[in-house]
Amino acid sequence: MANSPFTPGIAAGRLSSEVLDRNFADLHPPLDRHEALVAADRCYFCHDAPCVTACPTTIDIPLFIRQIATGTPEAAARTIFDQNILGGMCARVCPTETLCEEACVREVAESRPVEIGRLQRFATDTMMGRDSHPYERAEKTGKRVAVVGAGPAGLACAHRLAMYGHEVVVFDASPRPGGLNEYGVASYKTVDGFAQAEVEWLLGIGGIKVEQGARISDGLDLDALIKDHDAVFLGIGLAGVNALQIEGVDLQGVDDAVEFIADLRQAGDLSNLAIGRNVVVVGGGMTAIDVAVQSRLLGAETVTIVYRRGRDRMSASRYEQDLATSKGVRIVTNARPVRVVGDGAVQEAEFEYTRDVPNGLDGIGETFRLAADQVFMAIGQKLEDGSGALRIEGGKIKVDESGRTSLNGVWAGGDCATGGDDLTVTAVAEGRDAAEDIHKAIHGGLGTANETPRHGIESG
Amino acid sequence: MANLACEFVGIRSPNPFWLASAPPTDKEYNVCRAFEAGWGGVVWKTLGEEGPPIVNVNGPRYGAVWGADRRLLGLNNIELITDRPLETNLQEIKTVKRDYPDRAVVVSLMVPCVEDAWKAILPIVEDTGADGIELNFGCPHGMSERGMGSAVGQVPDYIEMVTRWCKQNTRMPVIVKLTPNITDIRYPARAAKAGGADAVSLINTVSSITSVNLDTYSPEPSIDGKGTHGGFCGPAVKPIALNMVAQIACDPESDGLPISGIGGVTTWRDAAEFLTLGAANVQVCTAAMTYGFKIVQEMISGLGDWMDEKGHASVDDVVGRAVPNFTDWQYLNLNYVTKARIDQDLCIGCGRCFAACEDTSHQAIAINPGRKFEVIDEECVACNLCVNVCPVEDCITMEELAPGAVDPRTGQDVVADYGNWTTHPNNPGACAAE
Repeated sequence: MANSPFTPGIAAGRLSSEVLDRNFADLHPPLDRHEALVAADRCYFCHDAPCVTACPTTIDIPLFIRQIATGTPEAAARTIFDQNILGGMCARVCPTETLCEEACVREVAESRPVEIGRLQRFATDTMMGRDSHPYERAEKTGKRVAVVGAGPAGLACAHRLAMYGHEVVVFDASPRPGGLNEYGVASYKTVDGFAQAEVEWLLGIGGIKVEQGARISDGLDLDALIKDHDAVFLGIGLAGVNALQIEGVDLQGVDDAVEFIADLRQAGDLSNLAIGRNVVVVGGGMTAIDVAVQSRLLGAETVTIVYRRGRDRMSASRYEQDLATSKGVRIVTNARPVRVVGDGAVQEAEFEYTRDVPNGLDGIGETFRLAADQVFMAIGQKLEDGSGALRIEGGKIKVDESGRTSLNGVWAGGDCATGGDDLTVTAVAEGRDAAEDIHKAIHGGLGTANETPRHGIESG
Repeated sequence: MANLACEFVGIRSPNPFWLASAPPTDKEYNVCRAFEAGWGGVVWKTLGEEGPPIVNVNGPRYGAVWGADRRLLGLNNIELITDRPLETNLQEIKTVKRDYPDRAVVVSLMVPCVEDAWKAILPIVEDTGADGIELNFGCPHGMSERGMGSAVGQVPDYIEMVTRWCKQNTRMPVIVKLTPNITDIRYPARAAKAGGADAVSLINTVSSITSVNLDTYSPEPSIDGKGTHGGFCGPAVKPIALNMVAQIACDPESDGLPISGIGGVTTWRDAAEFLTLGAANVQVCTAAMTYGFKIVQEMISGLGDWMDEKGHASVDDVVGRAVPNFTDWQYLNLNYVTKARIDQDLCIGCGRCFAACEDTSHQAIAINPGRKFEVIDEECVACNLCVNVCPVEDCITMEELAPGAVDPRTGQDVVADYGNWTTHPNNPGACAAE
């Protein structure tokens, strides 16, 4: 092998293919049937369960776990998908440690919650392993809805609308559907092409047409969409990245973390993907963690995350921070970037220590430099320009609780819209709820989703 | 240090833990391993009469009920008595008793219900040097179809008759093993006593179907698509067994009849409970079949430690200690009033107490702000269901209301005096308290 973690500069193939395969394998391997039964048995079937309250999509967690425990994982999957059609991806990427599993009473009791995320994956994997789609469309309504963005919000919205019998066209800017599921999630959280398989499975409902390579800011005209459809849903995410205005950011080797994660996800052979020997990541969110961990897994010798505030202010969960440190990532806090130093290519990054002051953050004058062959900026994404007449608030499309924007006939949800917390699961909830509202609006609340009848329960 | 040695109907053993007549005691090999592991005695798997041995099915003999993590809660079997030649068994019994003189070796017997059959087998068993015999009047499957096992145990007259034959034809102590598949266990126990039995042992297995295969519609265990009822044993039957042991222990008509307790004994604690309810020793099968013979070491240490803690020097000190506290419902003190109390520090907020009480009981638990579950004393009848469904030990307890306190549910003062149903004003047949 020509290269190693000690190869200077930015280089590909620092690790052997075998090591790369191992490094990028499933972070949480799936439970087998018996493991699932044992894990399921730990659920107390709480009354008005705190885990359900903590779930942005309000999945009936105790019920689906009981369905697993009684040997009916497909019924469990149905319970999950009823609320969250992307339950398979959410089982993999949800920060369960700050949602359902944090709320689990067994977390309270013994600091070891029921493994809700892995159980959800067991159930959804079981059903998705079948060669069929569990939902049927209601009778066609003749209504047409445009969904912009094939990310979690758009897909959830499209599926629910299709279930109600509407015709849906999804316009997506990228070469492949999935949004951040396809381009933004760390590889080891969604292995074996799961994101594409999930989209394909979801589209199995029928009635959804996906057009790739169509971008709002680039040819796709919102006014025309409104005119041509009975409703429009925008799930366009935050496609722009925040830029840091400091000296040296144009040096070679100063890269955008989001882009790098996307490249990594799309890379056929990870041994062709170049990574720096000394990597510095600026930021404190999930993107920072994902890029830092994956840099290490690709063979970077040192990886340091530098965040301008304290650990407790990082938007990445404690669990994710620990994951990073367990992979050998160093986390430096209370330091902000001052300049990037180099001669053509980056050589060092300079930071200044900070302290919190009433109006924000203040440098204390003391600086330090980190050797860097590569500096990743992970300081947040923003709404891409081109939202036209839509009312924007705090950099996001202003929506009410039903997802309605300031424009009649236009709904929005997911990261691009106000109110959310930039999680996949929240985007799914918003897409789903907007679909419900769209359905009411364009169909007068007539008709119901064609849910498979439940045994023993009379329909009302 | 407590002395665990016991004497049961004159048979000595170093501890009260015997292996019950069952597959673990079918062969010299197994029994020697059991004794090496520390078991105090065995009841050899049931011998039948001279002649071609019985045959067992050649498909599965066991069905099971599992709890979490496939923990075996109950086992059902359709195995018959020993299927090895009588002579082989007798030879091995002789060898084992010779090699382990300090251990109890009792031989279980089941032959047709005619005196000659018993007369024939008793002397040859006696020749082995075995310490005693146990009459298998309990086995509920297979042999019962041939007029033996529980077919005898379900007819007190037959029990008495066969017991008498045995007592008349052997010097060995006779233990009569009872079937639980009857309505009132006291009748067969009385019959055994009337026939001269030295002791009874109980329970044998409970007639059962453990499950049905929902693909083939065959009861399990399935033999070529058909199933038959088997005998159920293991932890699941312990409550049934404890009650039956206690019923006999309390019955004046079988007063003084020694009892060997059987049925779901899995830990030292189970054993101690049987002893306190009147069993003079215990017999174990399913626990050994689940975990192997080594479990007896936990039983020995656990029982000894508990006895030390309580200051009981010998097993005899323990036997029957709970019997005086086993009474009829009508004698329970109706003036004893308790209320459920939820320890807020221990509560983990699962809400199972609420669901159980609200849906299925007395609506006596409130959900207060912050998911704080609290008992409504005005509604609490002290049923204890919340205690039983709470996953946290000691989080919910029952607190006694002191005499003089007002029970908010009834508005009545709690009285200090004992008062039961027999004298209660609502009882049409109440006798006036004197």
